[in-house]
Amino acid sequence: MRIEMTVNGKPMAAEAEGRTLLVHFLRDTLGLTGTHWGCDTTNCGVCVVWLDGKPVKSCTVLAAMADGHEVRTVEGLEGPDGLDPVQEGFMRKHGLQCGFCTPGMMMTTRWLLDHNPDPSETEIREAISGQICRCTGYENIVRAVRWAAEHPQGADESEGVTA
Amino acid sequence: MTTVEEGKAHVGFGRMLRKEDARFLRGKGNYVDDIRLPGMLHGAVLRSPHAHARIRSIDTSAAEAHPKVKAVVTGATLESLNLAWIPSLSHDVVAVLATDKVRFQGQEVAFVVAEDRYSARDALELIDVDYEVLPPVVDAKRALDPDAPVIRDDIEGKKDNYIFDWEAGDKAVCDDVFAKADVVVSQDMLYPRVHPAPMETCGAVAWMDPIDQKLTIWSTTQAPHAHRTLYALVAGLPEHKLRVVSPDIGGGFGNKVGIYPGYVLAIVGSILTKAPVKWMEDRSENLMSTSFARDYHMRGEIAATREGKILGLRVDVLADHGAFNNTAQPTKFPAGFFHVFTGSYDLAAAHCHVRGVYTNKAPGGVAYACSFRVTEAVYLVERMVDRLAQELGVDPAELRMKNLLRPDQFPHVTPTGWEYDSGEYPRALQLAMDIAGYDELRREQAEKRARGELMGIGISFFTETVGAGPKRHMDILGLGMADGCEVRVHPTGKAVVRLSVQSQGQGHETTFAQIVSEVTGIPAEDIDVVHGDTDNTPFGLGTYGSRSTPVSGAAAAVASRRIVDKARLIAAAMLECAPEDLEWERGSFHVKGDPSASKTIQEVALASHGPMELPEGVEGHLDASCVYDPPNLTYPFGAYICVVDVDPGTGKVDVRRFIAVDDCGPRINPMIVEGQVHGGLADGVGMALMEAIAFDEDGNNLGASFMDYLIPTSLECPSWETGETVTPSPHHPLGLKGVGESATVGSPPAVVNAVIDALAPFGVKHADMPLTPAQVWRAMNGSPMRTDLAIQ
Repeated sequence: MRIEMTVNGKPMAAEAEGRTLLVHFLRDTLGLTGTHWGCDTTNCGVCVVWLDGKPVKSCTVLAAMADGHEVRTVEGLEGPDGLDPVQEGFMRKHGLQCGFCTPGMMMTTRWLLDHNPDPSETEIREAISGQICRCTGYENIVRAVRWAAEHPQGADESEGVTA
Repeated sequence: MTTVEEGKAHVGFGRMLRKEDARFLRGKGNYVDDIRLPGMLHGAVLRSPHAHARIRSIDTSAAEAHPKVKAVVTGATLESLNLAWIPSLSHDVVAVLATDKVRFQGQEVAFVVAEDRYSARDALELIDVDYEVLPPVVDAKRALDPDAPVIRDDIEGKKDNYIFDWEAGDKAVCDDVFAKADVVVSQDMLYPRVHPAPMETCGAVAWMDPIDQKLTIWSTTQAPHAHRTLYALVAGLPEHKLRVVSPDIGGGFGNKVGIYPGYVLAIVGSILTKAPVKWMEDRSENLMSTSFARDYHMRGEIAATREGKILGLRVDVLADHGAFNNTAQPTKFPAGFFHVFTGSYDLAAAHCHVRGVYTNKAPGGVAYACSFRVTEAVYLVERMVDRLAQELGVDPAELRMKNLLRPDQFPHVTPTGWEYDSGEYPRALQLAMDIAGYDELRREQAEKRARGELMGIGISFFTETVGAGPKRHMDILGLGMADGCEVRVHPTGKAVVRLSVQSQGQGHETTFAQIVSEVTGIPAEDIDVVHGDTDNTPFGLGTYGSRSTPVSGAAAAVASRRIVDKARLIAAAMLECAPEDLEWERGSFHVKGDPSASKTIQEVALASHGPMELPEGVEGHLDASCVYDPPNLTYPFGAYICVVDVDPGTGKVDVRRFIAVDDCGPRINPMIVEGQVHGGLADGVGMALMEAIAFDEDGNNLGASFMDYLIPTSLECPSWETGETVTPSPHHPLGLKGVGESATVGSPPAVVNAVIDALAPFGVKHADMPLTPAQVWRAMNGSPMRTDLAIQ
């Protein structure tokens, strides 16, 4: 079947079987490999993307269900002026190591901050609790999210990157 | 992307943001499953539903008739290629596809190559395997029973499930110490089977180019060079026509050290179809078939004086190795480095006996950041010290302080023969206690106990054993554990570093640039790091056992020093003075007494490529290499304190605080070191409280998905509190010790000791991991269960 969707603001269309998972459609059909695939049971969250403005686990959505809808992936985080503050926070606070869970973590974080610009540590931990990171022990992810919350416009000029 | 403050170059060690993050943050990493080649086909593996069964027949005709299927491979196909069995990492063999029997649930039985990944999976369901189900060996403690089914009847004359017996330490001396001791405490304990479960599962893309006959394998490997050589040896392929690429790897933790059947099958698939073939396992396949970790049934005995001076340790281990002995280990050590179990203490005697057995479970054993079984050793000794404290009625911190090795005892040779290079143990423990506010915590605990609340404080002091290793003692299948590094300075003073080791998230592209920068003074931003590609890097055995920094990091330091040495000769020629008249201030030479007469390393680099006549015996260009054979292992250490609250109604454990003081020598990049420690602490909480792969009586794997194999989330982890001391290694060129696995090794006993401490009012002395609410509740009620079996 032909599936059409808006991905990161751009209209895209491709043929896919009705059973194709959104994660595989994005990765294998559209070539957007920033979204990852990590488990078969909707537990790990490395596949989180936005569907119509809400984070979903794209391993548990059929591509056909996204037909006619809007999808946002990690490739759509960076804006014309540079990295999203969430990306910058993950970089500055070392919120990633192997980078495999990072796209999903950042998509959830962006949504959290859009809806709760000043989350507490507990609220951050709850927001990302449906996602697994094997490298960071979550501490620096929490710090990265807080950094992004405290810098909604990104770093100001005076802030060196080693700070 | 800039990684420094405006206008300021980053030279040497210190906090520096990671170079590799630029691509990861944008979703532009390049993991194995991201690789797409023209005409690429997809493979899928049919796996055994049974733990133990004879294969009567396999009918693949319906699968072959599937319109999108390009090839179906069975054990018979592989037998014709002499590839049905391949050597294991421990002097055994491993079946690539089962020919005679299946020996664990999830074992590889057939392989389908199809046009897309869904069709490949469809075709698996069209394969008809006729099995004769056999009784399995599930309980390792029954594996050597006379009537136990024989798993490995493929080995000629094999009549039992025995693999090896191995001992370390002087038994007679140890027995004598025990006979004379005032106090002897013994404890049975299981370190359960767990799984590294990196977020990226294992996979490969293989492409045998039919024109130049070059085989390229992109795979999730922590050891690309070792893999290349093993492929060459096993398949008889010429090594210069083999290229192994380890691209971005989504976490390894030891899961990606060995060669899995899927990699071999992707290669066979590419040869048969003349197209690139991708194989990527799913999560259940990862948990069921790839390298598990631990599975050590241990009986520990500790001897001490009445005053609390520890005298000796004895350990007897039953090691469950699964269906094939495929433990990754330096050849002479069938139990890895387990005999470092005397830990951080000054003991008169120690002895261990390890017996390995086959069971109908997946092979593996050494994985999950275990430093070749130091994890099991540290758990054993740290639980035994706590058991002794319990029996003597003394504070576990006080008992440790009394028995820790003192700084003046280094270098220290342990009763089992390890030579610890350096340590200042009491200082680290004291620092951890200060950060924790130990005395105040004990006061709080006493108050809570009086109110019936369950609070526990657990301590662990560990000595790690990493950087394998000296070639005279350590090799893997005959390949010595030395690693190479090449540094080349370009004419404009920028540099490229080529490593034999590679990153699975540790940040080598940043830290190795910092190592070269530390020595040469070239800013780290100006140094590019190449790794994970056998065609473009020097030979070495790869990244595991925390060996990158101790081995390859030393190679990088030595190669960088050779660069500086050569630069001195060239600078002397440029400044028309004797080399010994030059002073080196990181990044530039100047004539002694005349700072204005100087040449930077960048100026020397340009001159080394220029028309200037170089001094006698000095070749042009500025590059150097080193193959580093470490003189000894390195011994990072640390003191950990865990504080838990236990819900008396449900048995649920809440890790309230975790204090980790680590000493890994100087820190190349403190930000990265701290991140590594955090990750390992989460592993420890996972293993202590949640993670285990158990089996039912039929050998069904009960931890085969993330719904069953529980990994800590952000909610189970506290906000980690870290501290550091610095005791440089005396033999590493920069004093570095490695840190990747320290926290995974050191943290589980701290959590368990805390929980057992919390349960003291119930008289609980021990309960095996994972300390799930059910296990804690049962311990409180007098009968903790075995956590390796569903049957009790």
